[in-house]
Amino acid sequence: MNAIETLEQEQLRERPDLRPGLTVRVHVRIREGEKERIQVFEGVVISIRRGGPRATFTVRKVSFGQGVERIFPLHSPSIDKIEVGRAARVRRAKLYFLRGLRGRAARLRERRRPTDGSKRK
Amino acid sequence: MERRRLPQEAPTPGRIRWGRRSRQGGDFRAGSSGRTPARRMQTIMVTGILGRKIGMTQLFGDDGAILPATVIKAGPCVVVQCKTVERDGYAAVQLGLVEEAPVNANRPMTGHYKKAKVPPTRIRREVGVEGAGPAEGDQVVASVFADGDRVDVVGVSRGKGFQGVMKRHGFGGGRATHGSMFHRAPGSIGASSYPSRVIKGMRGPGRMGGDRVTTRNLRVLRVDADRHVLVVKGAVPGAPGGAVMIRKAVAAKPESASAAEKSAGKRK
Repeated sequence: MNAIETLEQEQLRERPDLRPGLTVRVHVRIREGEKERIQVFEGVVISIRRGGPRATFTVRKVSFGQGVERIFPLHSPSIDKIEVGRAARVRRAKLYFLRGLRGRAARLRERRRPTDGSKRK
Repeated sequence: MERRRLPQEAPTPGRIRWGRRSRQGGDFRAGSSGRTPARRMQTIMVTGILGRKIGMTQLFGDDGAILPATVIKAGPCVVVQCKTVERDGYAAVQLGLVEEAPVNANRPMTGHYKKAKVPPTRIRREVGVEGAGPAEGDQVVASVFADGDRVDVVGVSRGKGFQGVMKRHGFGGGRATHGSMFHRAPGSIGASSYPSRVIKGMRGPGRMGGDRVTTRNLRVLRVDADRHVLVVKGAVPGAPGGAVMIRKAVAAKPESASAAEKSAGKRK
C-alpha cells in the first residue's frame, strides 16, 4: 500500500452500506460558535458516488412542499451517524426522476427483503 | 579501470538506516504529539528536507472541511557536507536524499560522498541551518517539521512544451467570434522605424514549464517520520515522482484568525 492509500484508508469511517432508495436519517454536527449540536436530515438517498474518501451521497426530502437535496461526503467527520430506515425497491442507481414527481407519484415501493447493511428498524 | 561501484564504507550504525524501512509501527499522526518548544529546539537544526512528490489526495479537517493535500515522501536525508561561516562565509548543510535505487556516481562525486562517509545519492541540495547544525553523515528525517508548520516547497514544474503567450504569460488574447480576426496572437511587439527592433525581454511564445518553482506558505497537515511521509495542504510544483525541497517558510504569513482558530481546535 502506498502512502496515499494509507492516508486515504485512515480517512474512512464506519458507515452503513447505503443504496439508492434507502430512507436515511443523517445526523449532522453543526457548530454554532462554541457550541455544537446535532441536526437530523431525513430523506431518500437518490444518488451515491463512490470513490474511497471522496465518496458522497445525496439525500432528498420534501420540506414544506419544497424539494431539498443535500450532498454529504460519506466519510465526513461532521456526520455523526447515519440511521438507515426503509428500503425501497428501485431499479436504477440514480433516482433523479423523483425530482420531477411530487406527492403520491413520488412514492417508492418498499423492498421485501432488504440487502445486507440496510438495517430495518 | 574500476567500473562497478564498490560498496561504500558502511554507515555508522545507529545513525543511518538504509533501504526499505519497515512498515510496521508508528502512529501516522506521530508528528502531532508534543509540539513543545523544548522538543523543537533540539530537533530543528536544519530548516529543510528533500523528498519526492507522491501525489495528491484530500483530507478532512476536524470541522468537516475538505482540504487538498499533497503527499510527499520526505527523506530520509543524510548530511553530505557542512558549510560553515569560517570556511564558506555562511552556514548551511548539503543534504542527500537517500533512495532505494542504485546511484551511478562519477569519481569526483564518489570522493565528495566519501568525505561524509555516506553512499552517493541522486538528489543533493543545500538547506539552511539554525543554531547548532548537524555533522556530516547525520540523518535528517521528516520530524524536522511538525503539524501546523508553514513550509515552502521548491520543485521543478511540469514541462508544458512550446506554448503561446496566453498560456505562457497570461495575455488576454482577443475575441473568439463575431468576426474577430484576433484570437490568441500576441499582438504588437513594439513600434516601427524607431527603434526598428524588438526590445529585449519582450514576452513571446516558447518553451514553458520545467522551471524551478516555489510554492510558499503551505501548511503541514501530517508528519510521519517513521514512514518518511509529509503531507502539506495544497499543490506543490512538479509531477508525481519529482524531487522537491521542503523548507521552513521564508516569509511565513501570520495565521489568519480563522486559520488560527482551526489549528487551535486541532491541537485540543
